[in-house]
Amino acid sequence: MGPLIPNGLIPLEWNYVIAILIGMAFGYILEASGFSSSRKLAGVFYGYDFVVLKVFFTSAVVAVLGIFYMDYLNLVDITQLYVHPTYLWAAIIGGMVMGVGFLAGGFCPGTSLCAVAIGKIDGIVFTIGLMIGIFIFAELFDVLEPLFVGSNLGNITLVDTLDISPYWIIFIFTIIALVSFVISDIVRKKVKKVFY
Amino acid sequence: MKNKKQKNRHVYWNPYFGGFLMGLLIILTFYLTGRGLGASGALKSGVVTIVDTVATTHAHSNEYYSKFLSEDKSPMNNWLVYEAIGVLFGAFLSGAFTGRIKWKIDHSPKITSKRRLLFALGGGILFGLGAQIARGCTSGAALSGMAVLSTGGFITMLSIFGTGFIVAYFFRKNWI
Repeated sequence: MGPLIPNGLIPLEWNYVIAILIGMAFGYILEASGFSSSRKLAGVFYGYDFVVLKVFFTSAVVAVLGIFYMDYLNLVDITQLYVHPTYLWAAIIGGMVMGVGFLAGGFCPGTSLCAVAIGKIDGIVFTIGLMIGIFIFAELFDVLEPLFVGSNLGNITLVDTLDISPYWIIFIFTIIALVSFVISDIVRKKVKKVFY
Repeated sequence: MKNKKQKNRHVYWNPYFGGFLMGLLIILTFYLTGRGLGASGALKSGVVTIVDTVATTHAHSNEYYSKFLSEDKSPMNNWLVYEAIGVLFGAFLSGAFTGRIKWKIDHSPKITSKRRLLFALGGGILFGLGAQIARGCTSGAALSGMAVLSTGGFITMLSIFGTGFIVAYFFRKNWI
């Protein structure tokens, strides 16, 4: 039963080989979907291109459906999977800082790596900026530590937070995604075209 | 202009197809490794390594860098670093097959390349800072978190995109 590497079903030596192969697939999908173009990414915020919303929501819905289905079939033990921990204020404020960074810079870390790979100079500059930002965080860690380690709610999921069945959450999430796809197509038809 | 629009439409994959494959990849990643994808983690390893090389005592005395430093293992010897190397390869292959590899700066015709690069640098700094505060970026926190219904993943996603929509007005000249 999965996950395979933590359960010793695949030797640990394969871990980094798998990392490179998974990374290659990740980079290939991102670039082929258009995520190496900052103007395409920014389109979601101005209504002229919704590729970010469509790829992001489709992948989240497919992933969550697949993982819970595999858990249902006993192919993977969901309790062994790493759940990103919830530090409430760190998640909110960190997300806000990232939101401004996204609009100013036009990338996020994964997409900027793709942009670097195909020679986008703005992607290279953004990636240098990322490293400077990480450096600033580390140097200011004494000041930011209360925010970073505070309001720790643990490795909770929406099942704990909302106290309803995961299947209902996934169902509602899927409906929200589908509705957002329909709305995004309506909006895009009304917004002035942008050529890039 | 019309010709260019048609070209735009056919260059990239259908977003639902790309999203579907990405979803399968996330499932596979969790199935194999028990964890999700990431991107900013590799850059953090890079920064820790650089600081450790340039100023070793400083890196070891700093509470944040020292979390990622150990005696027997380089911070670059990390799953996310190998994954990021793969991302560069994969994106390069996709770009190579479709003839998209060239030196280029994307920006609205209303602004100069210099302005675009300045904003890219500032945006990168903010994104790097925010990704450390939230313990992950759009890939590690939002996407991989949402795949296992992590509350923090959903909050980070809503916060990034919600803030994006709020501040979009102020950055409109850069993009449209």
